[in-house]
Amino acid sequence: MDAVSIIGMVSIIVSGVTIAVGSVGPALGEGKALAQALIAIAQQPDESATITRTLFVGLAMVESTAIYCFVISLILIFANPFWDYVIKLAGG
Amino acid sequence: MEITTDHIIFWEWEFIHINATLVYSWLVMGILVIGSWLVSRRLSSGIHMNRWQNILEVLVTMIQDQIREASRQEPRHYLPFIGTLFLFILVSNIIDIFPGIGAPTSSLSTTTALAFTVFVAVPVFGIAQQGVKAYLAHYTKPSLLMLPFNIIGELSRTIALAIRLFGNIMSGSLIVGILLSLAPLFFPVLVQAFGLLIGVIQAYVFSILALVYIASGQRVKQHELEEAENEEVLTEEIETE
Repeated sequence: MDAVSIIGMVSIIVSGVTIAVGSVGPALGEGKALAQALIAIAQQPDESATITRTLFVGLAMVESTAIYCFVISLILIFANPFWDYVIKLAGG
Repeated sequence: MEITTDHIIFWEWEFIHINATLVYSWLVMGILVIGSWLVSRRLSSGIHMNRWQNILEVLVTMIQDQIREASRQEPRHYLPFIGTLFLFILVSNIIDIFPGIGAPTSSLSTTTALAFTVFVAVPVFGIAQQGVKAYLAHYTKPSLLMLPFNIIGELSRTIALAIRLFGNIMSGSLIVGILLSLAPLFFPVLVQAFGLLIGVIQAYVFSILALVYIASGQRVKQHELEEAENEEVLTEEIETE
């Protein structure tokens, strides 16, 4: 197999693995945080505004790790620097 | 497929490129500045007011309340910076639903610039409140060993701010683009509506996180004051015993 097909294959496989593995942890964490927040709201309905605000900020921070994985897999597919380099070498 | 709005170039001369990100940022700035200027020309302090004045007052009061609740301090110092961040990101994210206009925040350059302003604002607010020496000293708390970790934390949270906003907004428009080729009839509309929700939440999260970072750079002094008071109370109790 030549370099172009190896790089293309590895990029696609790794981008799939990246988003698959990277979404598991944040999903578990977000579910746990949401469950705790629901329990807290059920116990203290008066504090629901504060709890909801903290929950949103916390969820966004937890989610950012999944977003990093998403950005990495998008870069691997749409803007892969190694792929561009190999194509440039082959073309020029 | 275009990932960011950086690659759409409208006008080009030698090394100057006017790309879509710049044009749409100017559009957002124009909407905010001209809209606010038009509304605030004829303000009334009575019961009868313009409906646009009402909208602006609701917005400003809401931002003030959120700042007061999140930082537990008077919103006066934070309102200009945090409010501007929130409104700019909010309008940038919402403007994405108009056809032919891309959100300027779906470019990594815009979000990095916004995160950099937060990175600069943290020491500026901190030094303004407690002076250079006391501010720099809080990097060595709780011990001098933590100095490199505090500096790394400062840098990494700035990068995290930028990439979080960029990833969320860019993924929203990209997913709509992919769905248009799969199920073009009705489903993209729902995803667009969900993207609006994400945009508003991300604008809120960005400004609240900026506020939390700024407030955490300032709160050192307050903690020390409280600790000193607690120690005084303790010593008094011991003495009375």
